Amino acid sequence: MSLLCETPSLSRRAVLMTGGALFAWAHLPRLARAADNRDPRLIVIVLRGALDGLSTVGPVGDPDYAGLHGDIALSLSGANPALPLDGFFAVNPAMPVFARLFKAGQAAVVHAAATGYRDRSHFDGQDVLESGLPGPGNATTGWLNRALASLPAGDRIVKAGGLAVGPSTPLVIRGAAPVLGWAPQALPTPGDALAERVLDLYNHRDPVLAAALQRGLDADRMAMGDALDGKTMKPKGGLDNAAGMRQSAQGAARLMAADDGPRIAALAFDGWDTHVNEGGATGRLANLLGGLDGAFEEFEKGLGARWRDTAVVTITEFGRTARINGTVGTDHGTGTVVLLAGGAINGGRVVADWPGLKPAQLYEQRDLAPTSDVRAVLKGLLADQFGLSAAVLGDKVFPDSAAVKPMRDLVV
Amino acid sequence: MAAPVAKSVSPDPALVALHRFGLGAKPGDDFGKIAADPRGYLKAELKQQDIALISPDDPRNAGLLDSTAAIQASMTAAAERRAARDQKAEPAMRPTAMDDPGGLTETKDKPAVPRVEADIYRDEAQARFDKAFAATPGFVERLVGFWSNHFCVSVAKAAVVRASAGAFEREAIRPFVFGRFADMLLAVEHHPSMLFFLDNQQSIGPDSRVGKRRGRGLNENLAREILELHTLGVGSGYSQADVTSFAGMLTGWTMAGRKGRLGEPGTFVFNANAHQPGNAVLLGKTYPGGGMGQAEAALNDIARHPATARHIATKLARHFIADDPPPAAVERLARVFAKTDGDLRALAVTLIDMPEAWSTPLAKLRSPLDYVVALRRAIGSTAGNEPQRSLRWLKALGEPLWQPPGPNGFSDQTDAWTSAEGLKTRLDIAWQAAKQADDIGNPNEMLASLIGASVSAETRQAISRAESRQQGLALLLMAPEFQRR
Repeated sequence: MSLLCETPSLSRRAVLMTGGALFAWAHLPRLARAADNRDPRLIVIVLRGALDGLSTVGPVGDPDYAGLHGDIALSLSGANPALPLDGFFAVNPAMPVFARLFKAGQAAVVHAAATGYRDRSHFDGQDVLESGLPGPGNATTGWLNRALASLPAGDRIVKAGGLAVGPSTPLVIRGAAPVLGWAPQALPTPGDALAERVLDLYNHRDPVLAAALQRGLDADRMAMGDALDGKTMKPKGGLDNAAGMRQSAQGAARLMAADDGPRIAALAFDGWDTHVNEGGATGRLANLLGGLDGAFEEFEKGLGARWRDTAVVTITEFGRTARINGTVGTDHGTGTVVLLAGGAINGGRVVADWPGLKPAQLYEQRDLAPTSDVRAVLKGLLADQFGLSAAVLGDKVFPDSAAVKPMRDLVV
Repeated sequence: MAAPVAKSVSPDPALVALHRFGLGAKPGDDFGKIAADPRGYLKAELKQQDIALISPDDPRNAGLLDSTAAIQASMTAAAERRAARDQKAEPAMRPTAMDDPGGLTETKDKPAVPRVEADIYRDEAQARFDKAFAATPGFVERLVGFWSNHFCVSVAKAAVVRASAGAFEREAIRPFVFGRFADMLLAVEHHPSMLFFLDNQQSIGPDSRVGKRRGRGLNENLAREILELHTLGVGSGYSQADVTSFAGMLTGWTMAGRKGRLGEPGTFVFNANAHQPGNAVLLGKTYPGGGMGQAEAALNDIARHPATARHIATKLARHFIADDPPPAAVERLARVFAKTDGDLRALAVTLIDMPEAWSTPLAKLRSPLDYVVALRRAIGSTAGNEPQRSLRWLKALGEPLWQPPGPNGFSDQTDAWTSAEGLKTRLDIAWQAAKQADDIGNPNEMLASLIGASVSAETRQAISRAESRQQGLALLLMAPEFQRR
């Protein structure tokens, strides 16, 4: 398999400085904090596939939760009890690091959140989430890049550029402002999710290819399993499994910890589309959440003293159905969670205008109803970390969103 | 192997044109327009002037060397490598070598493939890929690939072949893709790349001056493969005596060496001193002695032999229609071959006009080369390091460019490519391509523009349910409709 590995080197991508001029002087001088040696960083992790917020941070105090989420509902009792955050919410036990940070006031949750997008297509939902535009379309730039481009040209944040982690640049950080690219050495091998989907398609349409691919995957698994010494087993560099998530965060933290390193980074983790056998406190989703938790830990460790001024935010295109489906998973939904972590976060809080889970309280009688706008969270972070004005945020960074007010006090 | 599509309805004619005959759709191809006149669409490509050539007028191809220059560069580099090795072997006798280790770096960090030949190979690969990506719909490039595999050489044979394999295809295959089979055959068997690949430069007539002086003799390799693979086909009635006799006729067909004693280094020469003198018999016909013309006359005859017509007709029908081609299709192609004196343009047109080509289900698996090309056509220009990435993919898939496992070329049977490792590797590659593609459109729209309206409900659903654009694109690149042709 090493034949298929490439070593993408650190490289400048999309160095199109001219575009920055469009945004010149969009920045308001709210850098009083620069005077106190604050050196803020912002890390955006896009969870592609739609994260089940109700299995990530479970409303264990809501009387309707266990009935809707069935066998995969989180619970404070049982073999793998969820980790309580407050009297109402508990985090998946796969996320002990997040729970610890929460207790230490360095992590927060915004629950029942969604972008302005209300249909349930992954592609369009991710477009809206990452572009920051009010609706899907042919977006070519992302809100994080436009935020970077809106800072004054001489700012050290701008000079250091953005960081895109992974073999391709996530849309959220694409645009005119310079972006550095980095990927773990091994190119991703496809995770089980893609393999299963291809196999399923072949089983329906092409039994010959199905049989061949199945044998190939089996052989691959055996080879992995046999490699007990760890020498022949390559780390899966893919960003849809726990090892890959941790590995990419480790690398990104190292780059961002440097004095002249990037202050702004975007990562995209895949695999959250849990239609079948989602699992609860253990299982498929828990494995992925464990990877995300590992990424938080790597950022905390790797950024060292810089962690103090860092905010990490995870966003996803939409949530999943409140009621589990016929295959012990969940289908595309609406409201979900935004997770915040980092020394800069005013943590220890679950921010939620809880809509309730009774049938009439659900969005279209199926999804957690959104009561917070993801853009409000992101605007608040950009305003408090980098001093971007509400006007710039409502116009350039998230066009046509003036009505969505920045959520303040997310940052210490 | 059962066809994956059980329905008896004919495949979408646009898909037949793009997949069975071409190299796959490119974003923006108009399926409706192609389906309205798919035969005309294919024939329009054939009519373009010099369409099979890699144009030296294109500045991107300006650096390509002809085979003579390529082989000379390889010879010079080999001599330098030898000198460097000798120098290293006796450092005590050459004190300057101690002071100047820089001169030894090549042998110290000796790359697996010598640099000069690797650079030429890479440039040739790039030119070939460029041509394949630009082609619309690529039937001509598919024909080039067919003939190149029929008359294959392998770069694994020697540095000289690695340096000249690309030039060989441009000089001996492409100019004749719409010419006569006999002319292509003669160009191929005269080419230094082929003579070297099949050892003919070592074949010496036992009764020639060189043979008598050095006590050396025949190497039958080229003669046997010409009869078995290039023309008549195995089991078509020739005997060992025919092979031996033909090998004698071919003695003296060689490449001039670096010192240029026989002619300009790296060019074809006929070395009369190594040629087996006298008359020779092939398939019952006597060819009078008298030099190079003897084997040329034999080649011209076997190029027109009915067994050759049937052999080529079967391979063409197998490549473009089905692993077990309809006998009627083979029959028709063989008839056209005989009637037109092996006019390859007439054969290409016959293929297009053949009803079986439009009614047979698209059940063959794309070869690795066609798959990689189709995949890159589908995703457009990406950040990958090319041509190295495509070359690495081809190697991983078991079809390294110009490096078949034997002189019979790469398999043209679906079973050979539907291997467990092959499918798993295709999955890896589809995923890598999708992950590296920076600008992916909506996969549902890509599906419509790359496969068209005939796509199965299952494929459509799998892609629309993908959890990310990358996954959707990878599913599209793995879909049966993308793999089969």
